[in-house]
Formats: sequence, structure tokens, C-alpha cells
Amino acid sequence: MKNNNQLEELIVAGFGGQGVLSLGMTLAYAGMLENKEISWMPSYGPEMRGGTANCITIISANKISSPIISLFDSAIVLNQPSMDKFAPRVKPGGILLYESGTILKPSTRTDIEMIGIPATTEALKMKNTKVMNMIILGAYLQLRPVVSNESILEALQKVLPEKYHHLLPINRQALERGEAMVVELKVQPVS
Amino acid sequence: MAEFKLMKGNEAMAEAAILAGCDAYFGYPITPQSEVLEYLAREMPKHNRIVMQAESEVASINMVYGAAGAGFRTMTSSSSPGISLMQEGISYIAGAELPCLIVNVNRAGPGLGTIQPGQGDYFQSVKGGGHGDYKMIVLAPASVQEMADFVYLGFDLADKYRNPVLLLSDGAIGQMMEKVEFKPYTRPVVDKSTWATTGKPKSRNRNYITSLFIQPERMEVHNLKLEEKFKQIRENEVRFEEINTTDADYLFVAYGLSARICQKAMDIAREKGINIGLLRPITLYPYPYQRLQELASQVKMMLSVELNSGQMVEDVRLGVNGKVPVEFYGRMGGMMPTPEEIVHHLETLIQYHHVN
Repeated sequence: MKNNNQLEELIVAGFGGQGVLSLGMTLAYAGMLENKEISWMPSYGPEMRGGTANCITIISANKISSPIISLFDSAIVLNQPSMDKFAPRVKPGGILLYESGTILKPSTRTDIEMIGIPATTEALKMKNTKVMNMIILGAYLQLRPVVSNESILEALQKVLPEKYHHLLPINRQALERGEAMVVELKVQPVS
Repeated sequence: MAEFKLMKGNEAMAEAAILAGCDAYFGYPITPQSEVLEYLAREMPKHNRIVMQAESEVASINMVYGAAGAGFRTMTSSSSPGISLMQEGISYIAGAELPCLIVNVNRAGPGLGTIQPGQGDYFQSVKGGGHGDYKMIVLAPASVQEMADFVYLGFDLADKYRNPVLLLSDGAIGQMMEKVEFKPYTRPVVDKSTWATTGKPKSRNRNYITSLFIQPERMEVHNLKLEEKFKQIRENEVRFEEINTTDADYLFVAYGLSARICQKAMDIAREKGINIGLLRPITLYPYPYQRLQELASQVKMMLSVELNSGQMVEDVRLGVNGKVPVEFYGRMGGMMPTPEEIVHHLETLIQYHHVN
């Protein structure tokens, strides 16, 4: 049950290096810029050294209780182990967005919205594999507009160190590409 | 409009230390709080403050002892195994009546344990840890905002009572990001000239810092003086937060991260028609015994939820003194109870005690 964007409990999971943590952080930052309540809880430790990584990102109109939760409104999964682990934990009616080039066995659940997009291939077309996470974020925001695109772009400016600001345009293109891919799939936004 | 920053708990705590005027930080890296040393090593020199990576936690705490003795606002931080190493030094600092801030970003033990969050250091924090009769004021933050706010409070209380203050956090509160506002802070004026070893002018006698009183008669006088101070602390510094207690039939008691998880559990339970409230101790020493005693005549049962095998529950029972059942639920090893799991346990207990 969605309650008009009052609360979004999201998990982002994948391999270390796929930009899982920065995806969640950018979203949290954008939420903060819109005066929402936010929390970002990363997995830390061995994951940071190259295994699997995940972060729980919560965006809410009200004060956030637990930063650690076990059931999610939405999940973004970027590898097979994360699909296997988190697909069962999406609330009925929720969204599961995944990278379809990496994940060969998506969940067979029918009570959630499953959307796969080949973000890695798209990133290769854009000649920068590192923007894969931004393509995914663009797709997610098209499905769940929890924050505005303007806030995401402003957040990127704050999250990215100044020496990487020349990469802002390609990040913006990646976000737009992700949005467009969802539009092409003709999936309705869930509000 | 307040200006918010998005920071990890560890970073917010480090930034607050700078804003609180911390003169010197001594520490040794350990997960999950290495960001503190990293942050301060980068930022403190810009403010002409001291940061030193000591050769061990034993060295860190003794450097804090020295800096505090010389009248400086000083701190260290570590995580559970490192804090264990500091216990001797903490006892000396308490015995010598010196103000300082110690931060423990609790991970699960015993031993090296795991780097995931835990609350297994409760007993060590509030019941002693080091040797001899002493107490630390123990503050338990439950958000990134409180990680910052309690640094100011901790330093001020340390100065006020000339006593070490412990900020007891955990790996999750340290690693998570939330928005934080650094509120304007005015440092209370504290005269340290009567005791700090700053070099002897001709106008006064020598200041002398020690925890050694070899004659039993003098030692006991010192003990009694310390006890009087701890009594003052118990009378004046109890802090806690209550949520939904007005109409509560049952009560969660939890601190730090557990209290956050219990808030979610409370929302779920209330949707099911179980009127439960939450008492969150903010100071673990001094402990809100009085308030628990009062609530014991209102609620039918209390449930202490902790990330350990059941430590704070003993203090809840001391407060309640047998008036209502006090139960415990916890996870260990860096595992987190889910809100649903806590509610399930609560429902089982309500049935078991026939208190619905």
C-alpha cells in the first residue's frame, strides 16, 4: 500500500563498485534538499572491500523510526545474489527494479512490479560504465517520483567532489536515459 | 531555516568535537569508527588543534589523561575491543577527577567479535569497566543528530563534574547517514585554574593531579567525595525520552539503535490494537529508575529490547522492583531484530502473562 509518497523504504543492492551506495546517497541528499526526512544505512565492512554491498534508503514526510528494516516498498538490485536475497522482501504491490543484463534469473513473483532494464549495455553505449547506477536511478525515479529531477541534479553537484564536476553532464544524460527506458517500457509510475 | 548536512554519525560527532572546541584528539583506528580519526586528522589541523594517532588504545587514553590534566578539552574514540584496552586509564582519569569525552562505537563481541553493531558493552559502560568505585556519565545517542548534540553535552557535563563522560553509540548509528544541524553552541566558562597543571605561578600553590591516596583514611575521604559527586549526578542529570506512554498498557524500554527499531515495532503493534509505549533512556548512567517505577503502576508489562544477551534489563528490573513482569528480547553477533520479530515476541509474552 502506497501512501502518496509519504514514506518510501528502499533497498539498493549489488556488487561493490557498481555505485550502489552512491545511488542511495544521492537519493537521500535530494530528499534532504526537499526538506524531507531521510536515512541512509549502508552495509559496511567486508562488503566495502569488493563483495556485495547494499544500503537502505528511507525518504519520508515524517520522522523516521527504524533505519534498519526488513521489508521494502521498492528494491533496486544489480546482481543475482541481491535478487535472490531481496526479491522476497519487497512488500506486495511494491517495485523491483533490476539490471537485466547481469541478472539471468529474476524473481517469479507476480504480486510485485518487476522491471528489468539493460543499464550496463546502455552505459557502454554512453562510453562510461560508471554511470550505470545513474541510468538505474533515472529509471527508478520515473517509476517512483519520490524526489524531483532538479533535486537529484543539485544533490549530484553536492555529492560529487569538485574535481569530478566535469562528469555532471554525462550523469544527467544517464538519468534521462533511464527515465526514457522506463517510458519506452510503458510502465505506469506508482504513486 | 536550519541548515542541514548529510553526514555519517561518526563524521557528525567529529565535526561537533571541533565546534565544541576540542583541543586535542588521541585515537587508534578500528572499524566501525575509523571515520572519526580520518575526519579529525583532515580537519583539526586547520583549526590549530592536536590530532594524534597513538600507538595503541592504551596510549590514547593515557594521552587523554595527560591533556585533561593540563586543562585541555580532550577526547578519544574507539570501538569495543579498543575501549576494553582503555579501562585502566579511564579508572585513573575518574580517580584523578579529570574531564574528558570517550566515544565507544559499540560492535558485537566478546573478543574481536564482529564489526557489526552491538550493545554488549552496556555493563562495561555503566557498571564500571575499570577497577574501583567510579562512574562515568553515559550518553546514548539514537540518531546522527544526537551524535553531534551529545558531544557538546558530553564535554560540558565532563567539565561540570570533573568526570569522564562516555558517549555510547553503535556501528549502525556511526555508519548511517541522516541529516544533521549543527546548532549554535556557547561553551560554558569553567575555571580550571584551581586544579589544572598549567605551570606554577608564584601566586598559588602547586596543582597536583593523582589518583593515588596511599593512606586508607585519605583514600576513603576521596571515595566519599566521589560518591557525593555521583549522587549529585544521579539527582540532576537523568535524561530520557518517552513516546506514546500516556495511554500505554505495555512499555518497550530500549536505547540507541534498539530504540529506533522499537519505534517501528510500536507503530506496527499499535496498528494491531496493542497500546504500547517506549521509554528511551538517554543517560544510561544515571539511569531513569524513578520514571520506570512510576510507569510500573501504569503498564502491565515491560519489554527491554537490546542488541545483547540481556544487560540493561537488569536495570529495568531494579527500577520496577517486581511490580510488573519485565521481559527481555535481544539479538547478538551483529544481527538485528526486525520490528515484526519484536512484535511477534511481544504478542507471545502478552498471552503468556495473561495481561491483555
